[in-house]
Amino acid sequence: MPARPSLPSLDVAGQLARRARWTPLEIVFWLVAFATIYFLPGRHLILTEIVIWALFALSLDLILGFGGILSLGHAAFFGFGAYAAGLLAKHGIITEPVLALFAAGLVTTLLGFITSFLVLRGSDLTRLMVTLGVALVLREIANRYAELTGGADGLQGITMAPVLGMFRFDLFGRTAYVYSLLVLFVLFLLARRIVNSPFGLSLLAVKGNALRASAIGIPVNWRLVAIYTVAAGYAGVAGGLLTQTTAFASLEVFSFDRSADVLLVLIIGGIGYLYGGLIGAIIFRLMQDWLANITPQYWQFWIGLVLVLIVLIGRDRMAAWFQPIIRLFDTLGGRMRRMGAAPGGGER
Amino acid sequence: MLTILFDGIAYGMLLFVLACGLSVTLGLMNFVNLAHGSFAMAGGYITVVLVNRMGVPFLLGLPLAFLFSAALGALLERALYVHVYAKSHLDQVLFTIGLVFMSVAAVDYTMGSSQQFITIPSVLQGQIDVFGVGVGRYRLLIIGICAALTIALQLVLVRTRFGSRLRAAVDDQRVARGLGINVGAVFGVTFAVGSGLAGLGGALGAEILGLDPVFPLKYMIYFLIVVTVGGTSSITGPFLASILLGIGDVAGKYYVPQLGAFVIYTIMIVVLIWRPQGLFARQSAR
Amino acid sequence: MAYALETIGLEKSFGGIKATNQVSLRIRKGARHALIGPNGAGKTTVINLLSGATRPTAGKILLDGQDITDREPHDRVRLGIARTFQINQLFGDLTAVETLGLAISERGGMGHDWWRVAGRKQTIVDEIGELLGRFGLTDVMGERTATLPYGKQRLLEIALAFACKPRVLLLDEPAAGVPDAERDSILTTVAALPTDVTVLLIEHDMDIVFSFADRISVLVNGELFMEGTPEQVAADPRVKAVYLGEGDNA
Repeated sequence: MPARPSLPSLDVAGQLARRARWTPLEIVFWLVAFATIYFLPGRHLILTEIVIWALFALSLDLILGFGGILSLGHAAFFGFGAYAAGLLAKHGIITEPVLALFAAGLVTTLLGFITSFLVLRGSDLTRLMVTLGVALVLREIANRYAELTGGADGLQGITMAPVLGMFRFDLFGRTAYVYSLLVLFVLFLLARRIVNSPFGLSLLAVKGNALRASAIGIPVNWRLVAIYTVAAGYAGVAGGLLTQTTAFASLEVFSFDRSADVLLVLIIGGIGYLYGGLIGAIIFRLMQDWLANITPQYWQFWIGLVLVLIVLIGRDRMAAWFQPIIRLFDTLGGRMRRMGAAPGGGER
Repeated sequence: MLTILFDGIAYGMLLFVLACGLSVTLGLMNFVNLAHGSFAMAGGYITVVLVNRMGVPFLLGLPLAFLFSAALGALLERALYVHVYAKSHLDQVLFTIGLVFMSVAAVDYTMGSSQQFITIPSVLQGQIDVFGVGVGRYRLLIIGICAALTIALQLVLVRTRFGSRLRAAVDDQRVARGLGINVGAVFGVTFAVGSGLAGLGGALGAEILGLDPVFPLKYMIYFLIVVTVGGTSSITGPFLASILLGIGDVAGKYYVPQLGAFVIYTIMIVVLIWRPQGLFARQSAR
Repeated sequence: MAYALETIGLEKSFGGIKATNQVSLRIRKGARHALIGPNGAGKTTVINLLSGATRPTAGKILLDGQDITDREPHDRVRLGIARTFQINQLFGDLTAVETLGLAISERGGMGHDWWRVAGRKQTIVDEIGELLGRFGLTDVMGERTATLPYGKQRLLEIALAFACKPRVLLLDEPAAGVPDAERDSILTTVAALPTDVTVLLIEHDMDIVFSFADRISVLVNGELFMEGTPEQVAADPRVKAVYLGEGDNA
């Protein structure tokens, strides 16, 4: 056995690790994100909303960007998690927020698993309709069982216990923000791990060429079920966070508007690289704020216009505008790595 | 019970007229036009303006609604839609959702958000007696107009040159082009006519379906159900699907009001899982 | 002793047309078996039936004596039969390293591993390196597949099927569409495949067929016209008639 791996082997290992490597841009992103806790103290309410949209969009990225599944009803899981968390808190079943959030995410994951089999068959249009239908069905159920869900008035009378028994939800939203940001960060790390694993790579293969994927032994349908299930759980946690940080849940969480908006959020940021949902959430929420000041009632018009323009200009063309920045950071990162790194191969 | 059947058929035929344009668009260009309902809404609102505010007779307002929506469809098709045909389904969905949002907000801004009613001429109000059953005159008109339109559509499709070109293009676009059929022009005309029919349906249906700015969003799912359950390779498929949907919805809301639309959505999901190509789709050797 | 690959009365009908009619093949382990026939004879349909891309309307498929007729394509790969496609079916956005790494980790049962970072295991890294070398892809290993020249893509196409470590390898016209300059590398690579792998090859190029195959089956209109050694097939006047009746295929 050679003492050092042979040269091509070194490159192979380096190649495979390339996707998983933390780029300097990413590190800067998260440092800034956590810094906002201290540097933007008056903005914690809107920042929490951004974080929730980010997590929701991240979950959509998992099924759209990595699974290739076009869903117009992802709000089904968001809403389910929202109501689950709300009911857990309202009826005192699980009072500690982190535990309740985990539970809400878990039941939503189960819902995702059950419904995942519905999206395996059929064309894009069929999937669109099935996902739309599931969200509509859930909304109807929530509407019908008003004794449980509060119906059109929404789930009221929720009081949130302190996070981990120590951190009370304050009026300025500081606890809510730190809590949400930490949840997002942890789930993001997990998603990053999943996406860079052999499983994640097989998803890219399925999305790229499902025919060949199955021809090299990948059980396509089971992989899609798996990612759909995980994504549903993420969306459920996002919904749960909304309920926990606002102490309220309404039927709107199941609405088509929410499903369409999260799609827009993800598209703005770009699909398939995990940060799209996060960046899109920032831009979307800030844009929403700005437009609401100009035309409070008809901001939906401008959102529609943005969508139309994005498509007409072309998502690829818009991504190309950001290439120079990304490349700059890449070369910087490469230079730093070469200065500090030691040669080596893969682990044994 | 007969009244429910009658109402359901009227409702179904109305849905057919509204949705048939979408069915052909999807079958021809594989284009998912979620904004189809906006053209229906446009037809409804222009009729409101013409009939309520300008005193145009109702029966004249209907063909004008058709023309207005057809013109709107032709304009948007040439100016905007044509750039999106080659794009992915995701892009088509985003694009048409964007159009829906814009149309909903625009109508809300110009016409207000409350539901609009078109003043129906008194001769069409109330019921007449048919074999001892009271049938709504308006609904009778709907059935009459829609039946005539359906027959006309079927004749155009089967008896005219344009119809055969359209059927060829739906069957296999590449081969049709190879035969010298100008698929782009066929599609342009079809899109305009389909939008026009939607507009007519919107005007006709304002009384029954309710006309307000969120109409395209409310009824999007119904049009999609007609198209996916009925398939895109014929007229009869969506027609039967519409009738079934119409009767099912009316009967469902009457007999089990607590479940309401819930039943329709669940049936839709079940059908799509069982037969992804639709209940009536021909098994094409694609 | 079981044949490496055997079909019994395999049939496939599309509507009223029998694309495959009573095809019975028996291929011994380590064989180099070629399937030839005029255009439209149904050769690719046979490969599709063997790989599971299509289900037969009648008949059985046995892999080393095991009935795989009802198995899904990905199951069949696990059981030891892999194929290439006539037109490259690759993952455009992935590199050759990632593509081969995928097949290898799937094979090793690691495809569902969502925790470990792909490519940390040295054994996989080594095997990728070895495959790249064997198929002449080392110089392009880090580039996006979509940017590779067709000949390199074709080599990757075959390498990918080979990475599944199949007992039976189905090659659907491996040299198809490859520019002359790159054909030789394909042919040498195919000829250098290890002898414990059974190879079923579809080809139009008679030079390749006669230099590579030890047994040839001739398929005409979905039926097995005849089968024999290259000499027998070359000598048979009926084969010449069936083939040359429609012109020379390069």
